Amino acid sequence: MSKSKSFLATLSAFLLTLIASPAYADYVFNLPEPVAPLTSQIYDLHMLTTKIATIIMVIVIGIVTYTILKFRKSNGSEADQNFHKGAFGTWSWILVPVIVLGIDLTIAGSATDALKQIEDYSQKNDVTVKVTGSQWKWTYEYMDDDVRIVSNMLSKEEAGDNYLRAVDNPLVLPVNKRIRFLHTASDVLHAWWVPQIVYKKDSIPGYINETWTKIEKEGTYRGQCAEICGTGHAFMPIVVEAVSEDKYNAWMAEKKSAMAAASAEAASDKTWTMDELMSRGEKVYNTNCIACHQVTGEGVPGVFPALKGGKIATGPVAGHMDIVMNGSSKNPVMAAWAGALNDLELAALITYERNAWGNNTGDVVQPSDIKSARK
Amino acid sequence: MSAVIHEDHHHDGPPAGFKRWLYSTNHKDIGTMYLIFALVMLFIGGGMAMIIRAELFMPGIQIVNPDLYNNLLTDHALIMIFGMVMPAAAGMANWMIPMMIGAPDMALPRMNNMSFWLLPAAAILLLSSLLVQFIPGTGVPINTGWTLYPPLSVQTGMGMDLLIFSVHLLGISSIMASINIVTTILNMRAPGMPFMKMPLFVWAWLFTGLLLIIVMPVLAGGVTMLLFDRHFGTSFFDAAGGGDPVLFQHLFWFFGHPEVYVLLLPSIGVLGLVIPTFSRKPLFGYKPLVFFMGFLFALGLVVWAHHQYTIGMSLGATTYFMIGTILISIPIGLMLFNFIFTMWRGSLTFETPMLFGIAIILMFAFAGVTGVMLAVVPADLQYHDSYFVVAHFHYALIPGAVFGLYAGVFYWLPKWTGHMYNEKQGKIFFWWTTLSFNLTFFPQHFSGLAGMPRRIVDYNIQYIEFNQISSIGGFLFGLSHLLFLYIIIKTVKGGEKAADKPWEGAQIGTPGLEWTLPSPPPFHSFTTPPQIK
Ligand code: HEM
Ligand SMILES: [Cu+2]
Repeated sequence: MSKSKSFLATLSAFLLTLIASPAYADYVFNLPEPVAPLTSQIYDLHMLTTKIATIIMVIVIGIVTYTILKFRKSNGSEADQNFHKGAFGTWSWILVPVIVLGIDLTIAGSATDALKQIEDYSQKNDVTVKVTGSQWKWTYEYMDDDVRIVSNMLSKEEAGDNYLRAVDNPLVLPVNKRIRFLHTASDVLHAWWVPQIVYKKDSIPGYINETWTKIEKEGTYRGQCAEICGTGHAFMPIVVEAVSEDKYNAWMAEKKSAMAAASAEAASDKTWTMDELMSRGEKVYNTNCIACHQVTGEGVPGVFPALKGGKIATGPVAGHMDIVMNGSSKNPVMAAWAGALNDLELAALITYERNAWGNNTGDVVQPSDIKSARK
Repeated sequence: MSAVIHEDHHHDGPPAGFKRWLYSTNHKDIGTMYLIFALVMLFIGGGMAMIIRAELFMPGIQIVNPDLYNNLLTDHALIMIFGMVMPAAAGMANWMIPMMIGAPDMALPRMNNMSFWLLPAAAILLLSSLLVQFIPGTGVPINTGWTLYPPLSVQTGMGMDLLIFSVHLLGISSIMASINIVTTILNMRAPGMPFMKMPLFVWAWLFTGLLLIIVMPVLAGGVTMLLFDRHFGTSFFDAAGGGDPVLFQHLFWFFGHPEVYVLLLPSIGVLGLVIPTFSRKPLFGYKPLVFFMGFLFALGLVVWAHHQYTIGMSLGATTYFMIGTILISIPIGLMLFNFIFTMWRGSLTFETPMLFGIAIILMFAFAGVTGVMLAVVPADLQYHDSYFVVAHFHYALIPGAVFGLYAGVFYWLPKWTGHMYNEKQGKIFFWWTTLSFNLTFFPQHFSGLAGMPRRIVDYNIQYIEFNQISSIGGFLFGLSHLLFLYIIIKTVKGGEKAADKPWEGAQIGTPGLEWTLPSPPPFHSFTTPPQIK
């Protein structure tokens, strides 16, 4: 939908759609098109309850309208003082619950099959992805392949119309394979939700939740974090690229060799120049740190401290390495990065923070420094 | 029904000056203070809603930063629930229950004073929890939403502590008010008023009071554990220390779900008087209504985890909570059915309270059917934490609780003030609020289905139309309340003299004694028990 649509046109389209129910078909006023067996089943369930709801509302509105037209004093209607004492008045308290119970059981019954499938963990899974929510990005670990990607929101300029629903590294998944998601979080609650391919379960620190899907159609599927997780809650989108099995395998192979190269590089004894570290450090910073400390290094006053001219970033190197690697003892929002980043990335990141935005301390931190600090 | 009233002319009037209010033990004065407090909070909480809707009018961040946005969202909910609906309902209980059952006052008048005066203190703490973020060094604002889930609520700054203390005071206040109301109803009924003849409003408050006494301590315990986790090194809710973040959610919703009935029931009680009055016909199925209210009370205590379907419960637990929740539609359905058939074969007129009554039946029925949609677990795994839920609970709470209170205000204003309100203005207010309410919240069902999560400060451009309609509706809804305020002030100040029984059909079928008193009633009423014949 484009911004240019005028407001009135939309309003009237909106009202028209409400009247003309076939518009359900175009998914604008409904759950988005499901592309997996379970989301399709949920979609059908949703349509069933929507229909029941609509019928009930039509009946209620009908009876109330009739009542207020027919039994008004201005029409000369006289109140029947004994109405509630008749057979209807005496027995309706059984009638109504029985009818409602019937409707209820129909609905509950139709839900049990989907529910059983959701909770069916006995099947073999082809791909297992551990999804970790953190303030404010998603980390995906392919458990069978030892591949890990970090997914950050794209800026408005890069994302265009998909802003808030676009990321730098989407989760790539094969179609027609049973995929298991393991949900957890590193700091606070989050919820990973891509309505077209999979329902949501919460990401809870210290616990693991499980969902599964089988995507039946190639494409790009978008979603957002659904459980409030603090300042950046609106800014942790989710994108899934569903591709054919061949494409997926090729992507995975490429990813693996890139990761192997990166870790070989990090482990080498090479001494890096300031320029090399600065350009790598900027990338690491932009993926991991800008959500709080901002591109400008200025942070958010009163909430996230500035690195530009900051006490730690321009103070002793050891203190700087400590807070980046081990997190802040005062504020749990500042996480420990020693586990998530390798020696080279940490060295580059710290070098970058000490020299960017006019910090110009001239300090260069080498991967070997990090290596010895890890002990 | 008629009553013999012993008019006593030697009574003192109200004491003069501020002491009348500060030291008051008079149920009518305390009721008035509750109602004024609620009205003030309505405007504060409503102002917050206006900022929220203004921020959401366009994509992007225009007016408030993300943390301030979430803090306003949190406080909007807490103020509307604890500051507006509950005090307004308690104010009506204070005013009306002693007069309905023929009691001279509340059973525990001094405690009544204290339960009211804790509220302004709690409100000050609540507002400071919002404002403290503007002092540097107080940490992250309360960006958790009203559910206050840890670990996020452990991360937040000093505001959260103030909020926790505020919740403590609010809890003490409502437990005391409830004990008072329950005691009054159990012990102070005039001779000749057995339980099964009490006006429905009295029944509704009996259940409400009992619910509050049961659930408020659990909330207080939960937030106290939160306070300990924040400052004293416990880890009730921290998995790393052997605790469980989900435990807090269970404690919260064990309180939170019954709480929605606390908000709902007093208004259902008002409807139980308004609908028969303007249908000129006794309530249809009074006894079933009372019993099913009790059923709702009991069922409401054991379905809390339907707010937590996504936490990963076992299949058995999930199924149990799903079925329990769907069954709530039985008492809700029966209530609406009985109200509709109270109107059937009646002699209907459409004064403002009745207009609200009819609108409530329709819109609350809608909240009920979306509630059943939400109760279905697989579907809720899609709806949960989206705007669909926001739409559902605003349909439940605005018609179900707030409009019921408005109906009560218009119904009883003549009794309270001795003046009739202007019927035409009342009707304009009704149509204005009802239409703008629907304009605001109906589209939110669709933005939720389309995938818009709740509690986000900025949204993707695809949701712009829904949000603009919502915001325009929201502004109109907010604006309509200026008319409400105007009508109230004008009626308090003057207007056509109200008769003792201003509504022709009042008291048909209910033996409530409020209409046997003059309008406005004397400072002390029923100093000797009336006899109901
Ligand atoms: C037939 C009756 C009802 C059913 C079956 C029902 C069901 C539900 C369910 C399943 C949810 C959780 C949705 C989610 O978070 O995913 C919910 C949320 C909610 N309902 Fe209802 N509901 C009913 C009536 C009511 C009534 C009468 C009220 C209040 C007067 C109410 C107020 C709320 C509120 C406030 C929430 C949201 C709380 C929050 O997450 O902040 N509901 N309802
Ligand atoms: Cu609930």
